[in-house]
This record gives sequence, C-alpha cells and structure tokens, in this order.
Amino acid sequence: MTIPVPHPSLTHLQRLEAEAIHILREVVAEAERPVMLYSVGKDSAVMLHLARKAFFPAPPPFPLLHVDTTWKFRDMYALRDRMARESGMELLVYHNPEAAERGINPFEYGALHTDLWKTEGLKQALDKWQFDAAFGGARRDEEKSRAKERIFSFRTSSHGWDPKNQRPELWNLYNARKHKGESIRVFPISNWTELDVWQYIQLEGIPIVPLYFAAPRPTVERDGLLLMVDDERFPLKPGEQPVMRSIRFRTLGCYPLTGAVESKASTLSEVIQETLLTTTSERQGRAIDKDAGGAGMEVKKQQGYF
Amino acid sequence: MADTQNADPVYVTDALITEDIDAYLMSHQHKTMLRFITCGSVDDGKSTLIGRLLYDSKMIFEDQLSALESDSRRLGTQGQEIDFALLVDGLAAEREQGITIDVAYRFFNTERRKFIVADCPGHEQYTRNMVTGASTADLAVILIDARKGVLAQTRRHSYLVHLLGIRHLVLAVNKMDLVGYSQEVFDTIVADYARFARTIGIEHFTALPISGFKGDNITALSPNTPWYKGPALVEHLENVEVDTSADRTGPLRMPVQWVNRPNLDFRGFAGLIASGSVRPGDAVRVLPSGKTSTVARIVTLDGDLDEAVAGQSITLTLNDEIDCSRGDVIAAADAPPEAADQFEAALVWLDDEALHVGRSYWLKLGSQTVSATIQQPKYEINVSTLEHLAAKTLDLNAIGVAEVTTDKPLLFEPYARSRTLGGFILIDKLTNRTVGAGMINFSLRRAQNVHWQALDVSRDQHAALKNQKPAVLWFTGLSGAGKSTIANLVEKKLHRMNRHTFLLDGDNVRHGLNKDLGFTEADRIENIRRVGEVAKLMADAGLIVLTAFISPFRAEREMVRAMLPESEFVEVFIDTPLAEAEARDVKGLYKKARSGQLKNFTGIDSPYEAPDNPEIRIDTTAMSPEAAASLIVDKLLGDA
Repeated sequence: MTIPVPHPSLTHLQRLEAEAIHILREVVAEAERPVMLYSVGKDSAVMLHLARKAFFPAPPPFPLLHVDTTWKFRDMYALRDRMARESGMELLVYHNPEAAERGINPFEYGALHTDLWKTEGLKQALDKWQFDAAFGGARRDEEKSRAKERIFSFRTSSHGWDPKNQRPELWNLYNARKHKGESIRVFPISNWTELDVWQYIQLEGIPIVPLYFAAPRPTVERDGLLLMVDDERFPLKPGEQPVMRSIRFRTLGCYPLTGAVESKASTLSEVIQETLLTTTSERQGRAIDKDAGGAGMEVKKQQGYF
Repeated sequence: MADTQNADPVYVTDALITEDIDAYLMSHQHKTMLRFITCGSVDDGKSTLIGRLLYDSKMIFEDQLSALESDSRRLGTQGQEIDFALLVDGLAAEREQGITIDVAYRFFNTERRKFIVADCPGHEQYTRNMVTGASTADLAVILIDARKGVLAQTRRHSYLVHLLGIRHLVLAVNKMDLVGYSQEVFDTIVADYARFARTIGIEHFTALPISGFKGDNITALSPNTPWYKGPALVEHLENVEVDTSADRTGPLRMPVQWVNRPNLDFRGFAGLIASGSVRPGDAVRVLPSGKTSTVARIVTLDGDLDEAVAGQSITLTLNDEIDCSRGDVIAAADAPPEAADQFEAALVWLDDEALHVGRSYWLKLGSQTVSATIQQPKYEINVSTLEHLAAKTLDLNAIGVAEVTTDKPLLFEPYARSRTLGGFILIDKLTNRTVGAGMINFSLRRAQNVHWQALDVSRDQHAALKNQKPAVLWFTGLSGAGKSTIANLVEKKLHRMNRHTFLLDGDNVRHGLNKDLGFTEADRIENIRRVGEVAKLMADAGLIVLTAFISPFRAEREMVRAMLPESEFVEVFIDTPLAEAEARDVKGLYKKARSGQLKNFTGIDSPYEAPDNPEIRIDTTAMSPEAAASLIVDKLLGDA
C-alpha cells in the first residue's frame, strides 16, 4: 500500500503558469503604459490566456497591439478580432505607412518586407502610443540568442538590445525601472518549451488558428518551402499551379514567407504527437532566421526586432 | 566507448508517443519541474555536459544537429567529433572567444521531470551571472575536471551556491575518460572536496564520476566505472525534492502584488504564495497593519479553489474590508513575519560602479520597494580562501556582509528560511541598474509596529515586585579568559544580596537549548541570537541575567544590545590576552585547536572582535577574579 501524499507537487505546467502570471502582474504594477504584442500565433494565444487568468475577474488592464504586415493568413485576422472581443481588451492594429505607401510585399522585397513592416512598424507603434513595457511571447527554447535573454529585456530609446549589458535578474525580483524613452520587452513564457505550449493549449482549451491543424489547402512548392495560396494576391510563376495538399503550419507569419508541412494531424493530440516525433525545429519553416548566417536572430534583435 | 544513451529507459521512447499519444500526454502532464545550475571552471565541460543532456533527451532537432555538425567542423575543439558545447554557447561574441559569458537557460525532459538548466559561466569576473542563475535553482551541479581536481574556482562557486541557499549539491567529477576511469583519482577529489565543503557549512553533496563527452554515468551507469554504484546523474536529478514542495510546510506568506478592483463589489488581492497554503475560512493577518480577517474566496478564471499552495499565483478576497495594497504581506494570522528597518545582510555586488556607503538605493524585496543605505561592510569575503578581509566598499563581483538600513520597516524573513522574503536587489536611483543582491541574515532592530500580544502584567511590574532594576550582564572574551569563573562569583554576591539572578553559561546552553548548533560562523551567530532572546525574556521577567559566552562578533553583541531597553545591556569585556588564555588552557582546548583537532576556534582560526566601548573592562592580568567580581557588582548596583 502506498502512503497517500496530502499535497502532490505542483506540476511543471502549474509552476510555469504561476511564474508567467507573476510576471504579468509585476509589469502592470510597475510600468506606466504596458501593452501586449499579439501576433495571433499559438504563443500569443497562450500569453493572452495567461493574462486573462492573471487579472480575472477584471479584463487585462492593457491593450493588444498587432503590428500587421497586411500579409497574414485570413484565418489569423478572424481569430485576432474574435479574441479581442472575447477578452474585452482594446485591439490596436498598426501598419507602417511607409511600407504601405511603397507597396512593400514579401514576393518582391524579401528581407526588406520583414524589416519595414515588422521591425520598423513595431518601433513606430511603440513610439506612437508611448508604451513603456511590451509583452512578447518569445521563448528561450526557440533560438540560441533568446536562451540568454532576460525575462525583462531592456531597449534603449532607439529600441536597441545590448546583449552584453543585460541587468542581472535574481529570484523573481524584476527591476522595471527605466529612463524616459526607454522601454522593456517582457517575455512571460520565456521558460516554456514548444511542448509546454501545446500541452497547455490542450489542457486549457485555448482557441488557436485552424491553420495549425491539417486540412486540404491549395499549395505551391517554391525554394524548398511549401507555401499556401491564401488569397488572390499570391502571384503564380509561369508553370505554377496550386495543388491541394493536406498541410498544416508549425508557426504562423506572413503567408508568403511561412512554409507548411504535409500532415494528417487534425486534432491537438495528433499535432502534439507529430511535434514530438518531428526532427526539424520549429522556426525552420520561417525564412527569417536564415538571414545573416548563424547569428541571424541576434543581429535582428540588436536592430530592434522583437 | 560508453555511449549509453540508447540503452536507457529514463527518456521517452518514440514508441509510446507513436502508439498512445494520450497516455504519453497524461504522464507528461503530471511531471514536476527541477531548476538547476551547472558551474565550474573554464573548460570543465559545462556546455558539453548540457549539450549531452539535450542530445540524449532528443531536444536537438535534425536541422539543429546538421548545423551543429557543420559548426563543429568549422569552430569545434573536438576534431571530427560533435562539439556539444557549440549547441549551448549562443551569443556570437562568445562563440568567437570560445567561452560562455552569460547565463543561458536550457530545457529538457525525462519521463519524470522537466528540467530548466542555467548554464553558468566559469570566468571569475562573471560571478554576477552565476549568482543570477543560482538564485532560482533547486540544485547545483559543480563540475570538476578529473585531471585538475578542486580549484579556486570550484571553491568560489561552491561558496556562492551555498550562499544562495541551494540545498542540493552535486559534485560531478568530469572527464573521467581522460584519467582512465580511475577510482583512486575520483576518491581523492571527493575527499578533497569534502574537507573544503565542511569548512563552509555544506553538509551533504552527491559525488558522481562522469564524462560529458563520452556519456558515462549521465543517463545510465557506465560499464567503465564498475566501482561506482550510482545513481546516474539524470536519475539523481529526477529524484531530488524541489523547493516549492519544501516551502509548503511553512506558515502562509503571500506578498501582495496587485489589488484587483474591477468594480465596487470586488476587491481581490493578487500574489504568488511564497510559503504555506491557504483555504477559504483561514484566519489571516495583513501586514504591516496587523489587521486580521478570514479568507472568503480564492478566485480564478476556472472557478473558485478549495485550496492554494506555495508556488501558485492566486487572487484572494477577504471577509472584512481591510486596507491592503501592493507591498503588504498576507500571512497566517497566528504566525506573521517580522518587520524591521535594520538588518545584517550578505551582499553580492553586481555593478561596475562600486558600492557607495551611505548612498540611498532602491531596495526591492518581494513586492516591497523602499529606500535603503548600506553601512561600511563588516568584512568582504575572499571567496577562494574564505578569509574575511577588511573592506571600505564592495567592487564588482565582491561578496561581503554589511548592515542595511531602510527608510521604513520591511516585512521579511531570514534568507535561510525564505528566498522570497529574505532576498532583495539594490537598484541605483540614477542609472536604474541592478547593482547588488542581498540576503538577510537577521534584523538588528525591531520595528515598532509589529503586533504584540498585550500583557496585563508589565515588565516594570515584574521588576518592581523583585525590587530591582533588571539588567543583562554580557560577559565576552576569549575561551579560557575567565568569563564563567567571574560571572559565577558575581552571581553568588548578588544572590547573597537578595537579588533575583540567573546565569546563562555557554557550555550549559549548548547541552540543551542550542544543542542543534555547531561552531560555524552561522551557528555561532544563531547561538548568540537565541541566548540574546532568552536573556531578554528573563530581563522582561525582572531578573538580573548574567551570560558567559565567547560571543566573538561585535554585530551579535550589538544585536542583543538593540533588543533591550537602553542601559539594561551591560557589556563586560573579560580582557585576557590570547597568549595568557592559551598558557592557562584550563580545558585543554587551545592544544586541540593548535593541533587541528578543533576547527573554528576563536583566537586560533576564527576571529575575536573585541568590544570598542564596553561598559566594564576587566584586565585579568591585573586583578584577581574576586576583585573583578566586586568591581562588577559595585558598578551594577552603583548605577541602579
């Protein structure tokens, strides 16, 4: 006979949830104008859910900010608007006017598309509304330079990140003090892994974009990526013909830059199963990390990318 | 070749995931989490070990692996073999330098646990990163290169993780493949380390012979070390108790982070439970006000909870309208924490700009932020030799002990009892940088607004009935100076004069009240603290208390002085020179200490800080014990 344990230990997900909620509340208590960067992906979905838990029964006391490129999947826009409604939060959508005016698109401009719409757009949006703390859904297991980033990550008034000059972060004591013009990026789910995120979505029943689940969708194969023809703006090259394939997405970005995987996983359990058995890491489907060799993300962050 | 990864059952087999994903998810859902750090000298193989743990638990994906293979050929230090360190050394700058310069956090799973590893750098100048990594860790893995043995860095890191309160220590003797898996080499290193560990108060550690590079004793016992009976590293990591479980046994403490007021009908107090547990109906006390109430609800998005425990972030409502805001602590009504505005704390300096004694810094502890000034350090610790050095300030990476004074009382607990209520950071008010980290040892002065049970018979009435003025005669001096002898004579004289007295003697107290304490510095301080508290209670009861303790540290004597009303603490310095006390050697202790049989002996290998301004000084080379006793009695009663 086993002796009953009166208090089973907290599970890893309970500890991660408690940590994230603690971080969200610290920022609200100490920052003047916090905002949550909401990209509509699964990490954003988890972060938003944690915020609703942290401040329940009040709605989270900050707006959602979507730095849009106008090239996201249609399903993403639909879920974004629905979640903003359900959470009772204000939704701010920002389009970089310069990128819009010059007609920057991912087909013709490649890296410049990301730089102008996302990196520059984010800086402009933060400046426009004078946000001094921005929550982001980045995780340390995603990429090498993220592994060394603090949970409270400081940006100079020009939004730069200095990896050599990070504030030491002890216990769960976060120093949120900053000078006027400086801002903090805060990553409440830093310590979550991809599997943790999926499992939490399943346990908590968090709504996510249907594109994460396999379904027959029109696709073309280009430069080694399997792209989905999501709307009529997708310029087909001579000889290209959309083919219906059962696909899903491991990460979501701009549809012309985001590679799909062929899959039959149409339930969360199956998606998790496929994730666990897969042998290519999460961001591989995105073209962005491959720029600038091995240090791609680190360089982008120094320039102000999230 | 001892590459054992395939034989090992601790990792998830693809088969279970393939065959029954729901069963697998169910088991994963109930995993616990252990946070640990790895530390050691440069080139001890930390990154390689972590890379190996990730690799063996399949946390490396195919594309990362192919990048790793090409990086290994280009930058690697392991010839044609995979250089696991490249997987972990993230930032471009340090890849070029070939050393890890910042804390990196890594993740892996086994069937039982999720692990978060803080990879801590080995370079001396990066102490601050190690302290950062250690502050959230349940366990530390100290790596030693089997070819090099215990180095200054090993001692430094061990001291730091012990200082940061990590209870579980693993000594991983690495690169065993390079010493022919020799048991003799392993045993010698473990014995060396054990000797050192004892001197800094580390009582338990688990030693393992490993090779991060070859994989020996990492996930399974290696055939190359048949003399080692286990456990393997991962098995040990899977079984250690995590701190949040340990925290649950204490009384409830929840620092209030944020007050939730969505409308006039709801007032919730949000925070992370630091210790204990809470249920609706529990009696709680809100500090610093001291007001009590009972818990009405534990509110969550998924409905109210019946109970919440240490480590959970919750929102509470109370049954009474009580003032409570960020920085307050909700505690068990019958066991609230102390409040004080003066502390002794261990400090680690984290900034290029040295500590400015007397400057006002922000001090953040839990959800409280106050202004604080630091006194000149009592001493700095040379972490390699453990010597106490005189210090006027603390430079980057220096560790010292100093008094901290805050502008308003802090609700706290000693760090040894609570990381949350005992650990703080210091923030420069101009640069906003986090410049220091501190761990509270004890308070030096109680704040006035801590609640006390009101007693109807006052201390004045106790004293009046005995027709005397209470006092604590605090005898201090070297071992063999004559404290007990003289104190005994003083008590006899007072007793004959119908005074109500009690003598607390060092040796006697150690047989009872303090028999759980040893002779490390921490234990000596605790010894004196307890005696001080007992003496204070006896003085409250109206007694004249005599204490005969070496009490070598000025700070503790001052701490006891601060506990008592002014003029009731009478410091009696029994001034016998070391040579004289050693020549007398009444109990034969000096002889033992000199021959090394007795450690931490005051005057020999532990310091004695003589009083600066004792109320009474007795030069035992100039007067007899009888004469000394008369002088003390005259002074005491003359004052009264």
